Amino acid sequence: MKEFGGKVLFLDRSDINTDEIIPAKYLTEISKEALKPHMLEDLKLEGFDPRSPEAKEAGVIVTRANFGCGSSREHAPWVFEVNDINVVIASSYARIFRQNMFNCGMLAIELPGETIEKLFAHRGGAKISVDFKNDRLTIESAKGKETFDYPISGFDKALVEAGGWVDFADAKY
Amino acid sequence: MAMTLSEKVFRAHLRDEPFPGTKVLGIDVVMCHEITTPIAINDLVARGKDRVFDPAKIKVVIDHVTPAKDTKTAQQGKILRDWARRQGIRDFFDIGRNGVCHAIFPESGFIRPGYTVIMGDSHTCTHGAFGAFAAGVGTTDLEVGILKGVCAFREPRTIRVNINGRMPEGVHAKDVILRVIKELTVNGATDCVIEFHGEVVNAMSMEGRMTLCNMAIEAGGTSGVCMPDEVTVDYLWPFISSGYKDKKEALKDFEKWRSDEGCQYVKVLDIDVTGMSPQVTVGYKPDQVKDVSEVEGTAVDQVYIGSCTNGRIEDLRVAASYLKGRTIAPTVRGVVSPATPRVFRQADEEGLIRIFMDAGFCVTNPTCGACLGMSNGVLAPGEVCASTTNRNFNGRMGKGGMVHLMSPAVAAVTAIEGRIADPRKYGKGGVK
Ligand code: SF4
Repeated sequence: MKEFGGKVLFLDRSDINTDEIIPAKYLTEISKEALKPHMLEDLKLEGFDPRSPEAKEAGVIVTRANFGCGSSREHAPWVFEVNDINVVIASSYARIFRQNMFNCGMLAIELPGETIEKLFAHRGGAKISVDFKNDRLTIESAKGKETFDYPISGFDKALVEAGGWVDFADAKY
Repeated sequence: MAMTLSEKVFRAHLRDEPFPGTKVLGIDVVMCHEITTPIAINDLVARGKDRVFDPAKIKVVIDHVTPAKDTKTAQQGKILRDWARRQGIRDFFDIGRNGVCHAIFPESGFIRPGYTVIMGDSHTCTHGAFGAFAAGVGTTDLEVGILKGVCAFREPRTIRVNINGRMPEGVHAKDVILRVIKELTVNGATDCVIEFHGEVVNAMSMEGRMTLCNMAIEAGGTSGVCMPDEVTVDYLWPFISSGYKDKKEALKDFEKWRSDEGCQYVKVLDIDVTGMSPQVTVGYKPDQVKDVSEVEGTAVDQVYIGSCTNGRIEDLRVAASYLKGRTIAPTVRGVVSPATPRVFRQADEEGLIRIFMDAGFCVTNPTCGACLGMSNGVLAPGEVCASTTNRNFNGRMGKGGMVHLMSPAVAAVTAIEGRIADPRKYGKGGVK
C-alpha cells in the first residue's frame, strides 16, 4: 500500500476548474510525465506562483468547494500524480474529478467547511499524513497537531486498495 | 414505485452493486475522441489487453483538433485511427466525415431513449436530450468502458426544472440554460441529473433540447435529460423505422422511460421565460450571467459561432437571419464552425454559408477548434471573444483571453456592431 501525505499546498479558492489545473493546450501530450511542468499554470489566485517551493514540494492539496469542475480531463489528477501529490482535501468536488482521483488510486477527501477552515489555520509549513486503514488524517505545523476522521465510501476505498478502477474492474467483470 | 427516468435507466442496466450505493451499469454507447482516448488505448496495449468489449457499441471521432495542427495532434489522431481499424470499429469519423462529437453522434442516430452513454468528455450530458443517461467520464472510466462495457456510478438524484411561458423573439434555448445555471450555480447540481420539463421544452426541437442538456455540466450536473416524445421519435425515425410498425408504436416504446408521476425530486425549479432577456456571461464562471442590457456595448475582438452547444443548423439559421445583407464591424474577426459536415452542407444548400462569407466571417471546417483554445481562433492575451460555446473559464480560448457566452442571435448582432448587442433591437428574423 502506498503512502499518502506530505507537505501541504493550500489553494484558498472555490471552483478551481480543470483548465486551471492543466490547460487544454497540453492535452496533446500522450504521456503523463510530459504534463509535469505545467501543473496549476493558469490558476487564477492572488499571490499564487506555480513555480514556488510550496507548489513544487507539495504532497497534499487543501482547498475549498467544487474543486476540479469543468472539463473531464483526467490529465488533472495525472498532473498531480507526476508531481507526487496523491491527496486532495476539499469541502466538495465536481463529480468527474473526484471519480478520476479514486479511479487512479488517489484520494479525494471531502470534509465539512469548518474542518477545512481548521486545516487552513495551519497555513505555513504544514504537513499532512494519512492513516488510510483507519480513515484518519493528521495535520502538523508550528501551531501543533490535529487529527480528523474523514468519510470514504466502501467502493472508493476498494479502488485505492486495488490501485485503481482498471485493476478492480478487470479482476471482477 | 414511481421512478425518474434515470432511476429506470439505472434499474434496466444494473450489472452489479459491489458496495451499497455504487451501481455498475452496462453501457450501450462508449464514445471516443482523440484527446482523452489515446492514453487509454496505450494503457490497454501496455497491459496486454488491446481489446474492445463490442466494436459496434464504440463510436469514434477525431474532432478537437482536425486537420491536425502539429506533430503531437497528428500522433493523437494516428493512435485513434490505427486502433479503430485494428479493432474493427465501423463508426469511425475521420477527416472529411468528422464533426464535433456531441453533434455528429446524435445526428447519426446513435443515441436512443433509455440508453446509457459515456465518453471521456464532460459535455456528454448533451445526449440526455434523447431521454438517455449520458455522462462525461475520465480516461480510466473510458478505458474500462472500452474493455468491459461497464461503468460505476452513485445513483444520481434528480432536479426538475420546469420551463414555461412564452419565448420572446430573440430569446433561444441558450438563454434559457444560462438562466438555469445562474439559478442553480456552478455546483448546484453536483451528483444530480437535471430534468427539463414544461411547455417551452415540449415545443423545442431536438437541437434546442441538446443545447439545454449540453450545459448541465456547467451547473455540476451528471446529465441533462429531456423526456422522449413525438419530437424525439420524429428526429430518430430515419434510424428506427424498420423496428416499428409506425411512429405511434415507437412513441409508446419510448414513453416507458419518462419519469413517473409522483417520482422523487431533490429540488424543483420553475422558470418563466415570458419577458426574459437574452443572457450573457461575464467573468470566468458560467453562472455569472447577466441580462444583455447590462453588458451591452462591451467591445469584442472576435465572435465565435460553433461548438457542441450552438454549432447546429438551427443555430446557423438564427445567426444568418441577422447577418443577411449586413457586414460585421471592421474591428471584429468573425469565425463560424458548422458542427458537422451535414450541418455544413445543409447551411450551404440554404445559402447560409454565403451569408456568413458576405458578412465577413471566416467559415472553418467542422471541429471543436477555438472552443477550447487549441486551433482555429485562439485569443491573444487581453482579447475578448463573444462566443456561442459553453465555457468562459480563464484561459479557455487562449491564455489571458476573456470569453462571453451567449446565443447565436446575440453573437451575430455583436459581430455586426463590434460590441455586445441586443438582438431584440433587430426585430423578427433580424429585419431592423
Ligand atoms: S465543442 Fe468545445 S465543449 Fe464541445 S466537445 Fe468540443 S471542445 Fe468540448
